[in-house]
Amino acid sequence: MKTDLLPLSRVSEALASGAVSADALLEASLARIRSQDGQLHAFLRLTENEAWAAAKASVQRRASGKALGPLDGVPIALKDIFCMEGVETTCGSRILRGYVPPYDATVTRKLKQAGAVIVGKTNMDEFAMGSSTENSAFGPTLNPWDRTRSPGGSSGGSAAAVAARLVSGALGTDTGGSIRQPAAMVGCVGMKPTYGRVSRFGVVAFASSLDQVGPFAQDVKGVAHLLAAIAGHDPSDQTSSKRPVPDYAAALDQGVRGLRIGVPPESFGEGLAPEVEKAVRAGIEKLRAQGCQVREVPLPNSPHAIATYYIVATAEASSNLARYDGVRYGHRAKASQLLEMYERTRAEGFGAEVKRRIMLGTYALSTGYYDAYYLRAQKVRALIRRDFDQAFASVDAVVSPTSPTTAFKLGEKTDDPLAMYLSDVYTVPVNLAGLPGISVPCGFDSGGLPIGLQLIGKPFDEETLLRLARAAEPSEHRLPPMVEG
Amino acid sequence: MAIDRALVRQVARLARLALSEEEEERFSAQLGHVLEYIERLQAVDVTSVEPLSFAGDAAAGLPLREDEPQPCLPREKVLAQAPEHNGEAFLVPRILE
Repeated sequence: MKTDLLPLSRVSEALASGAVSADALLEASLARIRSQDGQLHAFLRLTENEAWAAAKASVQRRASGKALGPLDGVPIALKDIFCMEGVETTCGSRILRGYVPPYDATVTRKLKQAGAVIVGKTNMDEFAMGSSTENSAFGPTLNPWDRTRSPGGSSGGSAAAVAARLVSGALGTDTGGSIRQPAAMVGCVGMKPTYGRVSRFGVVAFASSLDQVGPFAQDVKGVAHLLAAIAGHDPSDQTSSKRPVPDYAAALDQGVRGLRIGVPPESFGEGLAPEVEKAVRAGIEKLRAQGCQVREVPLPNSPHAIATYYIVATAEASSNLARYDGVRYGHRAKASQLLEMYERTRAEGFGAEVKRRIMLGTYALSTGYYDAYYLRAQKVRALIRRDFDQAFASVDAVVSPTSPTTAFKLGEKTDDPLAMYLSDVYTVPVNLAGLPGISVPCGFDSGGLPIGLQLIGKPFDEETLLRLARAAEPSEHRLPPMVEG
Repeated sequence: MAIDRALVRQVARLARLALSEEEEERFSAQLGHVLEYIERLQAVDVTSVEPLSFAGDAAAGLPLREDEPQPCLPREKVLAQAPEHNGEAFLVPRILE
């Protein structure tokens, strides 16, 4: 197999052994993007000049024995939510078209410092609001396994780019499942770290008590390399934790014998596709066969998570998105009065789903409704967190499906916002509780579409999650039919 | 849970969103549908439950920092992104008659 088709950790090894060079990898990545991305639309724009400079610097470092680590020379894509100095960053929205950030997000800077070769910015649902990437103002991304289907979302561009081997790894953000759900839909590994594990400085804000940055790769070890590079305290993000960053890749060698995993019955009920259930249960058996103890753990409040989320997330979004007023950056509508300028700028700049969520959040926070909606949602959120706290008294991780179905058809849910929201039913509780979660491939349905298994961990226990994910991941990485071997 | 056109208009005004007639009608139906689903939270017993607003590092608590001045971005780089500026400040349409 060509080196550039290998999972990220194997690409790292090939670079370290000299079997491949950073410039050859970049050449292969760009060639694949040119030949395939016309059909996928994973990328919104490429950063070829920056990428060539990074690849050449990487080649020189390696030649002089000064390679930086496992990401040095590896082609990586960034969701278009991350600021990159001098590179247009739209967050999938017309309102930010033409916005060129004057600074790097902390994770962008950290990837550059690790020697990663940033190839381009990937497509996403506008402001990360969506589960299909169809809410992008610039057109949807297609699923590499079946181009009539969605790759999930909101980080669908990053997920599709990794699945189609356009790049070895990518970063996304996850507010209610936006890394894990698309990872499941395209058959790659995607991780949402603990709230506070990774800095959000320079990341366009959606719902600040839920947003977290995380990696995609074909393999769990690749995800461990990326997480190690981006995790850690950042004085520019007060919510980022000062806890030390462990050696995630080293943890993978410990195996899973004796680990206790909990299966919540609430995650195997109504709405779960039988083929998804079968594959996830087979994944659980695979963990048991490697020495895990499996027991049932109740999460009785998890069925309230979607309703809670659509209050908390929209309320925070309505506040965060108030900054798009046509004054300091982005789109401005022509108007003779200030108020009219605000209202028309936002009317022209935002798409339908963003408007719906701003409306919902504004309503939930408005006089007379705050106690009934926002305050009550915060209390149910506390109950959801309490369920997990109680579960973690007896298990080391919780396992569930990532999404109730495999990839759905483009257009299937666009007219029914609630149906779209429910595709995140298993991922949303994790964000509400601030926990780490990971989706790992566990099989395919009869139509050849990938299925994801979700593992949920204790706060800041990404090591255990990665160990379990490693034990669950397939030993062979099947290629989507459109990617020629 | 019905949400009528007048309420949609009132919320849109608060959110500084100019909606078309067609959007008002569509959002009225769609938001009503979502709010109907959200109504289920009213049935949850939240007696004596403290609201959770910060899901971060419980051990570290809600972090605060010293309010010390830090270097900021150069003015010309920031103004370069503005739809309209005069080299010193952002310009906006008339506020007062």
